[in-house]
Amino acid sequence: MTELLQLIVNGLVTGSIYALGAASISLVYGALRIVNFAQGDYVTFGAYAALLVNLHWRGGMVSATLFAVAATAALAVALEFVLWRPMRRRGAKTMGLFITSIGLAFIMRASILFIGGNGERSFRVDVFQSYAVGGIRVSEPQLIAICVSLAAILAVALVLSKTSFGRAVRAISDSPDLASVAGVDVDRTVVAVWILAGMLAGLCGVLAGLVQSSFDPNLGFTLLLPLFAAVVVGGVGSPYGALIGGLSLGIVQEVCTWSGFFGGVNPVWKPAIAFSVLIAVLLVRPQGLLGRARTL
Amino acid sequence: MTQLLSLDFWSLVGVVAGIYAIFSLGLQLQFGYSGLLNFGHVASMAVGAYVMAILVVKASFPLWAASLAAIGAGLLFGAALSLPTLRLRADYFAIVTIAISEIVRFFALNEQSLTGGPLGTSNLEGPTQVTEYNRSWVAFQSTVQGWLHGLIGSHASSDFTMLVIVWVVVLGCLLLLTPITRSPWGRVLRGIREDEDAVAALGKPVARYKLQSLALGAGLGAVAGLLYAFQFQFFSPDDFDPLITFYAWLIVLVAGAGRMWAVPIGALIFALIFSGTRFFNFKPFTYLDAAQLAYLRYMVIGAILIALMAWRPQGLFGKREELVLE
Repeated sequence: MTELLQLIVNGLVTGSIYALGAASISLVYGALRIVNFAQGDYVTFGAYAALLVNLHWRGGMVSATLFAVAATAALAVALEFVLWRPMRRRGAKTMGLFITSIGLAFIMRASILFIGGNGERSFRVDVFQSYAVGGIRVSEPQLIAICVSLAAILAVALVLSKTSFGRAVRAISDSPDLASVAGVDVDRTVVAVWILAGMLAGLCGVLAGLVQSSFDPNLGFTLLLPLFAAVVVGGVGSPYGALIGGLSLGIVQEVCTWSGFFGGVNPVWKPAIAFSVLIAVLLVRPQGLLGRARTL
Repeated sequence: MTQLLSLDFWSLVGVVAGIYAIFSLGLQLQFGYSGLLNFGHVASMAVGAYVMAILVVKASFPLWAASLAAIGAGLLFGAALSLPTLRLRADYFAIVTIAISEIVRFFALNEQSLTGGPLGTSNLEGPTQVTEYNRSWVAFQSTVQGWLHGLIGSHASSDFTMLVIVWVVVLGCLLLLTPITRSPWGRVLRGIREDEDAVAALGKPVARYKLQSLALGAGLGAVAGLLYAFQFQFFSPDDFDPLITFYAWLIVLVAGAGRMWAVPIGALIFALIFSGTRFFNFKPFTYLDAAQLAYLRYMVIGAILIALMAWRPQGLFGKREELVLE
């Protein structure tokens, strides 16, 4: 029983990081209709931005995180101006933008490798500090990851449901043209969406780097597919969906390795389990668990 | 600069181009003709290479039989791929196919007793055994080299022989695909690409056509996997990284959707980019090390993808009205 509870806690940690990244992807996917394959590299960028503060400028982890979140948001906005907006003006549609994002992912990952090298990096923190409650161990970074992720996603969900900005986001995700006619400043809303998505991605990168204790420039790319799985399982466009999708994938991945579950799946199969859940969900509901049936 | 004049070097570039051309012909059929966004095409290459190597090493199949079985496995894999995916909308189809290709790679990585695991084919019979799946291939290649020697003399190196073999296969695939895609069957596929509902309304079994297109495309991927295995004499799960699929996408997008005969040109352009960065041996590139030059290559590939989407989404040889990427 302790083993199972421990696995669930581990799953919550992985799942909350999935949920953060998934919320970021889902926001862009739902509001801007960009299936952004480069968003994994936004996550990597966040981790390396924090590394810069933490390792080179000898800053604390809190200031490193704040810097990473701000830097990733700035990057996301900059890319909107130099890439996404010009592409939309040229009439690129969903699939054209999809391929564009793959090109961007190539460039970003190679740039991070170019500057940061391909070695394993770690933050300057004590990863061995841990708490034990009734035989279940949680390290300090893990506990921080769960709390910060939940707080961030709930904050985003509140912003989207309660503010006029949130209403504008929902309007442009239904139809940018109609929203524009109704007086929504589409360009400004799009920039705000990128700020929010960039912040979430940067935070996701920092927390993933913290929890994994060491990472390389493939951090975001290895996260990308589980993140998309979480987005699709939870339903595109909803932060709560990303939360549910992320947490359930994280927990399923861990619990499958429980010895009580048909003797336990070998942990090396964990990433494949997330993909299998994705395929199983889509077999039953081709539009995703919480998704509406709609065509792009 | 002597490399620039070396026939062996250009043979190698040409072999890589040929293998990717066959691989991309499969994607051209799936995407360019049928509008299916297969982002996991690399899995068919993995299936072809692994089925052949395992049958030769573990079941002592003769090479030709193992190769036929591998192509058969590729066709079956493509058909099976359609079962969980055909009901999905385009973007979900793309995500699920890349997920399936990762499951295939994880299988090769983790089922060590069958595939050799992360050590690849050198570990097929356990770490102490020397494994070779390509002994009959080497014999076949030297026979062909003998013929070529009679024709053109001493230029017929083993690399040049491989070049000839690979491009004969490319030509064979093109000659096979051209009548198929111009047949009524190919017209239905293009119809599905343009408007699935309209084709269904005419009473055509859309799902069956898509299944056939996926299967044939994956069969071509398996052929490419075989040639890849023969060329490099060793492979491991790392050779079937999801990135490889996007190389094929680059090639098909350069060629243009529905342009079969432009695919080899796209593949040549890709192979030039891929091996071309080694010629950056002048300033400022001399300040970079080999790894950094390799990263530069990925940046170039990314930039080409973006530039194509911005300025020529129909590809170099495609028609604007046949634009698939809506």
